[in-house]
Amino acid sequence: MKALLELSNVGMKFDTPKGQFEALKDVNLKIESGEFVSLIGHSGCGKSTVLNIVAGLLQATDGGVILDKQEVTEPGPERAVVFQNHSLLPWLSAFENVELAVKQVFKKTKSKAEIRDWVEHNLELVHMAHAMHKKPDEISGGMKQRVGIARALAMQPQVLLMDEPFGALDALTRAHLQDSLMEIHAQLGTTVIMITHDVDEAVLLSDRIVMMTNGPSATIGEILDVKLPRPRDRLALADDPTFVRCRQQVLQFLYEKQRKVEPMPKRNSANTERVRKRA
Amino acid sequence: MVTLTFPTWMEPYRALATGKMSGEQWQALLRQLIWPVLGIAAFLLLWQLAAQRIDTSLGQFPGPSQVWEQAGSLLDEHQASRAKEAAFHERQEKYIASRLAQQPEWEPVYRSYTGAPTFFDQIGTSLITVMSGFLLASMIAIPLGIFIGLSSTAHAAMNPLIQLFKPVSPLAWLPLVTMVVSAVYVTDDPLVAKSFLTSMFTVSLCCLWPTLMNTAVGVTSVSQDLTNVSRVLRLNAMSHVRKIVLPSALPMMFTGLRLSLGIAWMVLIAAEMLAQNPGLGKFVWDEFQNGSSQSLGRIMVAVIVIGLIGFLLDRLMLMLQRALVWDKSSVQR
Ligand SMILES: Nc1ncnc2c1ncn2[C@@H]1O[C@H](COP(=O)(O)OP(=O)(O)O)[C@@H](O)[C@H]1O
Ligand SMILES: [Mg+2]
Repeated sequence: MKALLELSNVGMKFDTPKGQFEALKDVNLKIESGEFVSLIGHSGCGKSTVLNIVAGLLQATDGGVILDKQEVTEPGPERAVVFQNHSLLPWLSAFENVELAVKQVFKKTKSKAEIRDWVEHNLELVHMAHAMHKKPDEISGGMKQRVGIARALAMQPQVLLMDEPFGALDALTRAHLQDSLMEIHAQLGTTVIMITHDVDEAVLLSDRIVMMTNGPSATIGEILDVKLPRPRDRLALADDPTFVRCRQQVLQFLYEKQRKVEPMPKRNSANTERVRKRA
Repeated sequence: MVTLTFPTWMEPYRALATGKMSGEQWQALLRQLIWPVLGIAAFLLLWQLAAQRIDTSLGQFPGPSQVWEQAGSLLDEHQASRAKEAAFHERQEKYIASRLAQQPEWEPVYRSYTGAPTFFDQIGTSLITVMSGFLLASMIAIPLGIFIGLSSTAHAAMNPLIQLFKPVSPLAWLPLVTMVVSAVYVTDDPLVAKSFLTSMFTVSLCCLWPTLMNTAVGVTSVSQDLTNVSRVLRLNAMSHVRKIVLPSALPMMFTGLRLSLGIAWMVLIAAEMLAQNPGLGKFVWDEFQNGSSQSLGRIMVAVIVIGLIGFLLDRLMLMLQRALVWDKSSVQR
């Protein structure tokens, strides 16, 4: 079977005041339709850069990305992005934010009533129907992220790109959103690429976990297949041997093979702390 | 039974009336009423004391009571002038009616009343002028600001000019504007007075800068995330400006408009005074030239009215800003 999305020899060099900086080198990845793929790696290794290249927001300096036999040259709604900090237009209600996207993508094919129904349907999908006429600053961070996901889903993308979508949320809200996301993925079969720095989240959600080496010239270090049956239940998985082994493998990659020598950002050191306790 | 609901700011007064005051309500009462009233009273007292000690060539500097008197007499003069005007029109009507009765083929000629403008007429003139100048400035500054904000080339080209002209005082523009208006605006049947145009253009020239700069900054500082959303949605340039850029820039734009209106009002009074164009500025100047024993009191009335109008204009902008801007935190008092 031919892959839906293919990254071939993707490289990225940034021009900086201190000369060229090679962020990515020889990134090769094939993703099949309906797959859920996580990108994990230490902060600053180049995960966002990879995602932005797939989104078309950045242009790779080497190699290229092919989606459904077409080379990616610019951003577009078939590669919808869920940004880390929701990126909702603060002057529009949740409904209007989704509507803006739906009108833009379906203005030629859907009638007014169909557009309204489609907006509402997508807000229901993320359990936001009850607050759809609220403005972003009237709802919580988790709810904003839900609306962001609804907006992306409403574009009916071929690939859904998510850059640390739950990174800024507390653990409980994050768990809720992960469950919603699994539900939606099961229902719609959307292809998803998600960046995360949370190992449990990666194992719980993904079909494959792509682990990136540290930069500069970061690339893909290992790819792990998560062979857990779906639907997955977070409680039952906690001491499932496959789950534990996958988790262990990712942790080993991150904290043994790709150990960061520089002073680590707080979040990572907190993770290592946890690893030590469990070991 | 009828239950009355009070706005929250009235709560302390209701509590005072019913004799139930909480500590917090005392605080609110102090803040809203007692301190401001004490402040004003202290000011009036100091003014009175200081005024007694200042002797000018036009007599003693007026204290609050003399100023209050002058305010009353200005109102009387206004009413007298209006009565005269009404009487004039009545006489004219009568004359025309009686002449038409004798001479039905006669074409009546209506004349308008030509009394000297009163203090209140001057207020009206100033308000119309400041609003026209402000609107003209906004009509130029907002589109130009958007353009400069969107194009870094335009910004690079215009920035030196903006920096050069921004600090220019209205008094420096005035002679130039006066000469240009006289040279360009030549008609036999003028729709508006030359002096009005001179004041208006001077006001516009001086007050367009804050709106221009704030609009430009607002447009440039549209968040990268929102720009990315626009790119993913493939909004075209027009929709991008309408749906993303303008709403983002609106809070900054309003901050600029408010500053501009404040400047417009200050500039107008100075311009009217210097150019002797009708308005409150001219009233002040005329009183100064007139030099009667009441002049200083009348000027003081004008000063207070100018301040009051400036304050009300600012409140008006604040209300507009509150009503129209989505980002309530950007609305300062
Ligand atoms: N526009 C840019 N110009 C220069 N360097 C950049 C730019 N964007 C990212 N980088 C660098 O590329 C590396 C990868 O960044 P990023 O993809 O944001 O990392 P991650 O998302 O994995 O934390 C970082 O070292 C970052 O400093
Ligand atoms: Mg990142």
